[in-house]
This record gives sequence, structure tokens and C-alpha cells, in this order.
Amino acid sequence: MLPPDVLDTLAGIAPGSPLDLLRRRKPVTRENAQASFLALFAPADPGGVSVLERAAVAAFVAGIHDDPAARDFYGAMLSAAGAPAPLGAAIVREVAGAAGSGPYGSFPAGPLSREDAPGRLFSVAPGSRAILGDRIAAALDHAHMLVFHPRDATPAALRKLEAAGWSATDIVTLSQLVSFLCFQLRAACGLRALGASLRSPS
Amino acid sequence: MTEPGNEPTVFTRDQLDWVPWLDPVPEGELTARQRAGLVDAARAKSPYFRLLARDPDILGARTRADKDIFYNTAEGLPRAERELAAAASSRSNGCIYCASVHARHAATYSKRPADIDRLLAEGVGADIGERWNAITVAAVALTATPSRFGAVELERLRRAGLDDLAIADVIHAASFFAWANRLMLSLGRAAKVA
Repeated sequence: MLPPDVLDTLAGIAPGSPLDLLRRRKPVTRENAQASFLALFAPADPGGVSVLERAAVAAFVAGIHDDPAARDFYGAMLSAAGAPAPLGAAIVREVAGAAGSGPYGSFPAGPLSREDAPGRLFSVAPGSRAILGDRIAAALDHAHMLVFHPRDATPAALRKLEAAGWSATDIVTLSQLVSFLCFQLRAACGLRALGASLRSPS
Repeated sequence: MTEPGNEPTVFTRDQLDWVPWLDPVPEGELTARQRAGLVDAARAKSPYFRLLARDPDILGARTRADKDIFYNTAEGLPRAERELAAAASSRSNGCIYCASVHARHAATYSKRPADIDRLLAEGVGADIGERWNAITVAAVALTATPSRFGAVELERLRRAGLDDLAIADVIHAASFFAWANRLMLSLGRAAKVA
């Protein structure tokens, strides 16, 4: 059962609280943050990307953001999507091995190269890959790049997804899903901090 | 990776093109549902939006959120400073294309092009006045993974004169560019206008 407003759930916003009232002053933003969530996680037509794949990527992305509320929410979604226990355990294991700090990465060669901040290129461990399958494993590799070092993106990264069975339309859906979560988890982080300050006026 | 030559190698307020790495839906083949996802009919001219139209429902919801976060200025943060937050997030992530668009908007609406150019040239540590510094620091803290926006950034925004609604606008504008930067950086690349 999905909550009526996932951003409220992730940010801990109670009905009638000052932050709830504040969010309701921008109803179009509030409604479309939720509509975006539903389009990705309760799609009218999942097309080439199954609900289980969506939940698996989300559980990984929430985990590597080190956000307990999001980790629990998307972890529960993965279980509800029917993920076998070993798959859920493999995601948890990969999250633990993927922790990092972003954004890092390289700029196009030139004056900005002095700002290059090289960092880790993540790849799902072979043992987990066998459990997750090539499609989900390739999606997690790509998601790690998108979350931590998006300026390192290349056409070659898209070719790897295609080689693992992701069509162009599937890649658009995957990219929207990971990028939306980057928005949602940051909005939740910001609103949570704002809400805490409204509860304890200084 | 990409053919060199026309790829911008500095942050700029110049108009840039964006070249997709996957095939957009041809304009003449857009379905009614895909056109609905574009929201604005004029967006059918854009290869970026026609690529995203491959998944029309999320595009439609995203577009409506985008427009409200940036264009609905009936109350809250002025448009110029929402654009500043978007430009700062883009500068931090390294999205030269997004930074160009939103630096242009920020410069236009604020009439402070020199300060915007300092943000682009010097990076997110540029000193562009305390109110703008506070907004930039908040946007950069949200841009980080894991995000580290908290009481320190909030207090600085409040001291700079932002009320709760304006702070919520900074949070939404900066967070939205966590979304936009990743799509623009990973589904294609920036190109100088020929």
C-alpha cells in the first residue's frame, strides 16, 4: 500500500504540521512530485522495465544515498515487488560496497581539467551479479555513476546497458528513475531539516 | 568518447546545443500520449524532450513539477534566485549545458551578469554577496551525495533574509537540478552552436 504522499513520508511531515501547510502552498509541485513517483513505481504500463527491476534499482540508489528513511521505504518496496530474499540481500551487500561521496569526475579536457576529481568506478561484484542477473547488475553499475559522478557519463556507458538487454526506451526510464530519486531524496533531506527547525524555534 | 572540436570546455552563458546519444522520437511520429507528456507543444522541436518522450508519463509529471518550481513566483523566492540555485547545482555537478541555460536566466532576471560569470568562472566558492553565497552553499550541500544540508545552511539562509517558503523554494530548485543534470549529462552532450 503506497502512502498518499511519498515525499511527506520520507521527510517525516505530519498532516497539519507547519511544513505540511507550507508544502500545500505549492500544490502543483507537491502533486507532480507524487505523480512522478507513481509514473515510475506504479506505472500504468511498465513497458520494458519490470516493477521488480524498478524497485531493485531504487533500493540500491536509496542505500547509496545513506538515507535511512529512503532505504527502509524502497527496501520494503523491493520485498513487496516479490524479490526473492537472495536478491534483496545482494542489493544490501552491493550498497555496503558502493558507499562513497560525490559529485566527482572529470570535465572535458581543457581549462576545467584542473577541477577534475577522479574517483571510483563501481561494478557489481561477480557473486552478486550471478544473483541479480545481467540486466539489474548493469543498471546498478550505471546508477552508481549517475548518482556519484554523472559528469563521467559517456555513450559507452549506454552501450553497456544495451549489451545487457536495455532498449533505448528502457534506458530513458532507468535514467528518469535514478535521476528522479536524486531529486526526491534531496528534497526529503532539505524538507526534513526545515521541518526540524520549525518544530524547535530558536 | 565524443568527437572533439565542438564540445564546450568551459562554463559559459552562451547558447549551447545538446546532442542526444540515443534516438529521439521523430517529431512526425509522436503519439498523442507522447505529445501530452511534452506538455508544451513547442517542446516537440527539442531532441532532448523528444528523447524523454519515449516514456511520456514520467516526462509529463516532471515537466509540470519543473514549471511550477521555477515559474510559479506568486510567492516565495524570486525567479532570479531559483535560477541561481539551479546554476549552482549545475556548476557543482559539472553540467556545462544546464549551467549555461540557468546562468543566462539568473543573469537576465537579476541583472547581475558579472556575479553569475564569477560563479561560472571561479566555481561555487566565488564570493557573490552574502545572500547569493548562502543560496549557493545551500544548493551545493544538497547536490552532494550523501546530501549534507542541515541546520548550518538553514541558519545562513535565514540570516540572509529568506523566510520558510523561500527556503523551501531553494530546496526544490536545487534538488530539481539533481534530476535535470543527470539526464542532460548522461543521455547526450553539450555542443557549441555551429
